[in-house]
Amino acid sequence: MGLTDKDRRLITAIGKGLPLVPEPYAEIGRQIGMTGDEVIRSLERMLDAGLIKRLGIVVRHHELGYRSNAMVVWNIPDNEVAEVGRRVSAFGFVTLCYQRPRRLPDWPYNLFCMVHGRERVRVLEQVEHLAEACGLEGVERDVLFSARRFKQRGATYCLKSTESAA
Amino acid sequence: MTDFERRLLNEFQRDLPLTPRPFAAIAEKLDCEESTVIETLERLTADGTVSRVGAVFKPGGVGESTLAAMAVPPERLEEIAELINGFDEVNHNYEREHRLNLWFVLCAPDRARIDKAIAEIEARTGLTVLDLPMIEDYHLDLGFPIQWD
Repeated sequence: MGLTDKDRRLITAIGKGLPLVPEPYAEIGRQIGMTGDEVIRSLERMLDAGLIKRLGIVVRHHELGYRSNAMVVWNIPDNEVAEVGRRVSAFGFVTLCYQRPRRLPDWPYNLFCMVHGRERVRVLEQVEHLAEACGLEGVERDVLFSARRFKQRGATYCLKSTESAA
Repeated sequence: MTDFERRLLNEFQRDLPLTPRPFAAIAEKLDCEESTVIETLERLTADGTVSRVGAVFKPGGVGESTLAAMAVPPERLEEIAELINGFDEVNHNYEREHRLNLWFVLCAPDRARIDKAIAEIEARTGLTVLDLPMIEDYHLDLGFPIQWD
């Protein structure tokens, strides 16, 4: 979809979330020169176009007791990666699944998925289950558990400051 | 976590009502007051359980993003993590158990801005940044099914 200037202002304004007030859309609108109705219609369009994957409460897994978070990476033949990616994504404990480029020789993996669990051993069981269910037992893979979290927040696309980056 | 909080977190990770008073609409479904919904979300945001109430954007849909990785000597990890946190473009930054031990996400309106940030990080740290932009997103984000136990 084509984004209008207003859409872009809205994307920037809601980067850190909606205000927790009775009329959050109207309140955001006031900050960026839009009416509450315009904000709602813009969000609807972005949802319909798939630019917004979901609108709602974004939880932090760690604080909910999901202390173990692993990035599981696989080296899948390029002609199979889309099919495998879709199969892997269907599991509830998989929260992200992307194809990314390999960077040889440092990095041979092209499929990345995120698995959350309450304990490390449970995450490893889930990865094993995933490999069996998707026929990936023989595939080269690695499991990168998170240790310290240095930063976590919503994306701010910094749309207003485009000019200064030129 | 109360039953009310659990329902709120489980049932409203998507489809936040697009009506003028969305928290009143949630309150109606959960049979409580609008102010209770708002106060609970404020509290859960303050204690960190809730990151925000808002939109999850499709990566690459608005602006550009990439996942970056670095192999940082352990004794420099905190210093370099802090340097990276200082970039507005960075929204996630994690230590992971691997030779590549620092992983962060960069988002910007255009690719040039990301290239610039990566070049600056490499110049300031003297280390290589592995740049892994998304090629395809296979996951339909419906929110996370929380298993309470």
